[in-house]
Amino acid sequence: MREPFVNGNPTLEQTPLGAGVALRAAGEWTVHHAPALEKIIERTERSGESGRSSLVIDVSQISRLDTFGAWLIERLRRALTRGDVAPMIAGLSPDYASLVEEVKRVKAVPEPARQPFGPIRAVEAVGRSVAEVGDTLLGLLNMTGSILHALWRVILHPSRFRLTSTVHQLEQVCWRAVPIVVLITFLIGCIIAQQGIFQFRKFGADVFVVDMLGVLVLREIGVLLVAIMVAGRSGSAYTAELGSMRMREEVDALRTMGFDPTEVLILPRILALVIAMPILAFLGAMAALYGGGLTAWLYGGVQPDAFLSRLREAISINHFTVGLIKAPFMALIIGIIACVEGAAVQGSAESLGKHTTASVVKSIFFVIVVDGLFAIFFASIGV
Amino acid sequence: MANAANDAIIRVRNLTVGFGDRLILDKLSLDVKRGEILGFVGPSGAGKSVLTRTILGLMPKRSGSIEVFGINMNEADDRTRSAVERRWGVLFQQGALFSSLTVRQNIQFPVREFMKVSDRLLDEIVVAKLTMVGLRPETADLYPSELSGGMIKRVALARALALDPEIVFLDEPTSGLDPISAGDFDELVMTLQRALGLTVFMVTHDLDSLKTACNRIAVLGDKKVLLVGTMDDMLASQHPWLREYFHGKRARAVVA
Repeated sequence: MREPFVNGNPTLEQTPLGAGVALRAAGEWTVHHAPALEKIIERTERSGESGRSSLVIDVSQISRLDTFGAWLIERLRRALTRGDVAPMIAGLSPDYASLVEEVKRVKAVPEPARQPFGPIRAVEAVGRSVAEVGDTLLGLLNMTGSILHALWRVILHPSRFRLTSTVHQLEQVCWRAVPIVVLITFLIGCIIAQQGIFQFRKFGADVFVVDMLGVLVLREIGVLLVAIMVAGRSGSAYTAELGSMRMREEVDALRTMGFDPTEVLILPRILALVIAMPILAFLGAMAALYGGGLTAWLYGGVQPDAFLSRLREAISINHFTVGLIKAPFMALIIGIIACVEGAAVQGSAESLGKHTTASVVKSIFFVIVVDGLFAIFFASIGV
Repeated sequence: MANAANDAIIRVRNLTVGFGDRLILDKLSLDVKRGEILGFVGPSGAGKSVLTRTILGLMPKRSGSIEVFGINMNEADDRTRSAVERRWGVLFQQGALFSSLTVRQNIQFPVREFMKVSDRLLDEIVVAKLTMVGLRPETADLYPSELSGGMIKRVALARALALDPEIVFLDEPTSGLDPISAGDFDELVMTLQRALGLTVFMVTHDLDSLKTACNRIAVLGDKKVLLVGTMDDMLASQHPWLREYFHGKRARAVVA
């Protein structure tokens, strides 16, 4: 049963000693042998030697001892203690004496907190998520109020406006976003036109693809697509920046210096986003129209002249304004959600990741909800 | 077995490290002997952390060799490297605890990765390590963000010691601790060093630690090791920085 004493493998032999029993430990009682050591100790604990009047744990043959070994000896000593009679530890080398003393100070091990039973946790999770919806809405309102308050103060004292910061944010969220926004909307324009021509050709109505493209891109797709890209690109960046600033107490540092974090950090970011979104939405719409026109020409054989004149008939300035008017509102929603989530980040890296994800998911959800509300509104006023 | 062998457990030879045009360490050589506590001092920005990080393999070197346990880290393959890495523990200056894990999980993490032992033993070891570093067992289920600065240091030490390493690297272990805790910490390091035959490489500016805990002190300056020796050697040195450091206003109360 017992491992032979080779390569320093740990052993624990029971030998009679006078009226009692000696447990002779040998070998390396270290972390590298921890699995084997644990089995030995458990076997000895169960073997019921505790009844003996005198019990000695002889550790003189142990060649190496570390915390794991010392603790397991201590555990054995405690397990074999009955009443006030504890086994004696004999032959302890002075080098290890302080280590054994250290582990003697270890108090009884508390049970880790157990999670409640499965169904109860599921019900609890449902309850918590419902409460979270309320918290989200409240957080949005709170942040909106805080931003309006900061905006009002800046309007009263224009010198407090952070122009440099706003311009810097504008570069990040507008200028640097142009290539990817233009590229993606261009490709989407191409795809819409190609699919339109492919499907409309069955009815001999190729040319109506221009109507579809114009209305769709200017009213809906252009701004919606750009909003989703901005939420993924800039909203997530805002959350991560503000969240890591909170984690490293930078926000607290600002506050102690007498600055209002909303005014210094959040207002420039939201303003930059509100300015950037219409610009990006306009560029996106143009790129999509260009892509659609190109596809119509190369794939559908619609000449550029014909495309343009058809487009002029199909759309009015209304389509264009309906699309663009939505852009700043969407920017506001993305910015506010990003900042709320950033401010909610707790101390851990995991929390930062969770809130960044939540920021993007919530932004996209609310952008689509708002788009729907606008669609109902414009339909009812007949635009 | 502690202090039995006087051989070098870490041997650094002609180590050169730099960023761009700037040399941080220039042909630096240093021996850390088995079983000693080596205190490592030097002006801020002299490259103490760079040396530590280079030995740990976190930073590339230009030239020179680093031997740990007699293994040349340049030539070591991945398996040898990882075997060496299991035999050392590191206490980072800011603790570097995993923020999404509890204290218990932080300490268990290295053990769980390398050993197949029962949850019971893992929990017991957590309590043992926490007791050793002077924390109460109830700390185990807190997250790092719920700990104070001193507690983070202690938990980080407990994690560094989780696998009972042969070498521990301590980066400013007593900074941010109150003097009593700092004294306890030195005491603890000495106890562990005696009990486990531990070798300690300690970057510190705490003169108390240098005086009470360290067997030898190495001073970094001018991209090299200026002086290695005991506290008495440091006090006898005529080097201007050393005189200022060990005889300055802040030192007088401790050393005198």
